Amino acid sequence: MAAFVARLRKGDEVAHLVALLFGLVLILLTVLIFFELARNSSLARARFGWRFLFTQTWDPVAGQFGAAPFIYGTIVTSAIALVVAVPLGVGAALFLAELAPRRISDALTVMTELLAAVPSVVYGLIGVSFVVPLMRQYVQPALARVAGSLPLFTGPAYGVGYLTAGLVLAIMIVPFIVSVLREVLLAVPRDQREAALALGATRWESTWRVVLPYARLGVFGAVFLALGRALGETMAVTMVIGNRPEISASLFAPGYSMAAVIANEFTEATGDLYLHALVEIGLVLFLLTMIINAFARILILVTTKRGTA
Amino acid sequence: MPLMLYLRSSLLPMIVASMIACGGSAPPANAPAAGASGARTTVTGAGATFPYPIYSKWFDEYHKRHGDVEINYQSIGSGGGIRQMLAGTVDFGASDVPMTDEQLGQAKTKILHFPTVLGAVVPTYNIAGVTQELKFTPAALAGIFLGTIKKWNDPGIAGPNPGVALPAADIVVVHRSEASGTTFVWTDYLGKVSDAWKSKVGANAAVNWPVGLGGKGNEGVSGLLKQTPNAIGYVELIYAVQNKLGYGSVQNSSGAFVKADLASVTAAAAAAATSMPDDFRVSITNPGGAAAYPIASFTWLLVPAQLPDATKGKTIVDFLKWILADGQSMAAPLSYAPLPKEVVAKEQQAIAQIHAGS
Repeated sequence: MAAFVARLRKGDEVAHLVALLFGLVLILLTVLIFFELARNSSLARARFGWRFLFTQTWDPVAGQFGAAPFIYGTIVTSAIALVVAVPLGVGAALFLAELAPRRISDALTVMTELLAAVPSVVYGLIGVSFVVPLMRQYVQPALARVAGSLPLFTGPAYGVGYLTAGLVLAIMIVPFIVSVLREVLLAVPRDQREAALALGATRWESTWRVVLPYARLGVFGAVFLALGRALGETMAVTMVIGNRPEISASLFAPGYSMAAVIANEFTEATGDLYLHALVEIGLVLFLLTMIINAFARILILVTTKRGTA
Repeated sequence: MPLMLYLRSSLLPMIVASMIACGGSAPPANAPAAGASGARTTVTGAGATFPYPIYSKWFDEYHKRHGDVEINYQSIGSGGGIRQMLAGTVDFGASDVPMTDEQLGQAKTKILHFPTVLGAVVPTYNIAGVTQELKFTPAALAGIFLGTIKKWNDPGIAGPNPGVALPAADIVVVHRSEASGTTFVWTDYLGKVSDAWKSKVGANAAVNWPVGLGGKGNEGVSGLLKQTPNAIGYVELIYAVQNKLGYGSVQNSSGAFVKADLASVTAAAAAAATSMPDDFRVSITNPGGAAAYPIASFTWLLVPAQLPDATKGKTIVDFLKWILADGQSMAAPLSYAPLPKEVVAKEQQAIAQIHAGS
């Protein structure tokens, strides 16, 4: 005991304990969130079981709840956002880190970080007042003309819907990808580039085949950070997605997302089953985020092994 | 005092009060100075957002007359108000939707409903090339929102609107995306005039809509309407009036097409007053009476019949008496329809059911 106290007096041990405590708080928070979500969704889980994940009906009057349209909407909009934002973000970050003159790069980086800090409701307003009319009048009719034979681009052009929500999400997450990725690319050692150039590679070859693969961990990190934001985004999505709990093949169709339905219906939800169904959607969203994070870890592990072998 | 509370309890009523002053209502000249004697009484309530402007006006005016009384109200939504009421975390609740028998059964003590003012819901639309005010039959509204009437030139819509060039365009239905008392009134009405609506959809603050897009809040619905050609939606009367949105008239049960305004909404309540149940939990959509606007509703204060804290209890009773007497005249300048006299009289009797003190 005396030895322990003596050790405690040394700053290192105290710092160690304090840091450990703070670390434990993170774990405790995660467990607590999971526990609370599980506890407050017990009624819905008992009533609907696994069917909850696969049924499409969301009828608060009849007390029938199925989360499939919301899960589908969250995944589809996030996927659209990634498809658009990743090439854009990687390209912009490459330009800022590799090609642009220092002064331009710094100025643009400040702008990017400003964009990343804009509250999502502002993006929602931009979505409603600018993106939605643009989609309805120009983009959707054009897509329907060019690719109308695909079921993805059929149906009436409302302006709001999966595609618009995905695009607004893309606009929101590009700044995240760019600002993280630029830092990552700048951290790639100079001798990597010089070695590639010395071997006769062009500037582009050195960037594409040496710098980017070297930084791929950071690329994954940036993409999954952005994906996390897209999955959980509430306000901007609900303003432009159309809020219709229905699975449609067409990306023009109005849809719904998990975060949006919780925000929309929680305040006025009466009846225990209704509340529990909403909390269960929160639980599903929480688990989906965890699964995607785990998937990211595995992807990183696999690719690092291959890279170093 | 936390900032938000400060804003809620002081600033908003001031803003509202200054708006009223322009409306020309008499200032409370005989208001006594803030009571210096006795402890302060703080009463807390929570619930509906729809009546929040008139409630905060009332709380503020009441505070001017009784300086020692402070009423804090959080407009968290009707469902939230009912939940807080059942949990016993607030002294009174407020709701645009009457509590169900099931919810009343969960309460530890009997909960009384007191109608305070009236609201109405109106159909509003944006049709290319149509500037006239449209007339809607109940069957047309139900058909449009069920998705069985698909085009604007459908005879069901065109019939009562001769001379209006309705296009052969698809109707885009817009409804509220979040659960709301406005949706409850609208779906309650459609359920009364259409059996198909009643069996397929039903009435609730949030329903499984057969067709349409969801907009968040009155502003979300009107925003989508403005942008989307050939769209129809529904908003609160007050929202339509304050934002100068055009809206259509609706055929009532006597066959007359009535446009919603304060008089026609109060008339709807007067028509229902004769058959008012003792607990005031009544829907007044689709009432009788030739002058009545058919899509209207009370909004209620929820008060426990047993209030253990005698001071708080007396305050709530006194406040209720005051809003039924003096408070009603403050409703109209804020575009809320005041209660008909019959309902006020019945409520004044019902206040006796509240017992303050244990």
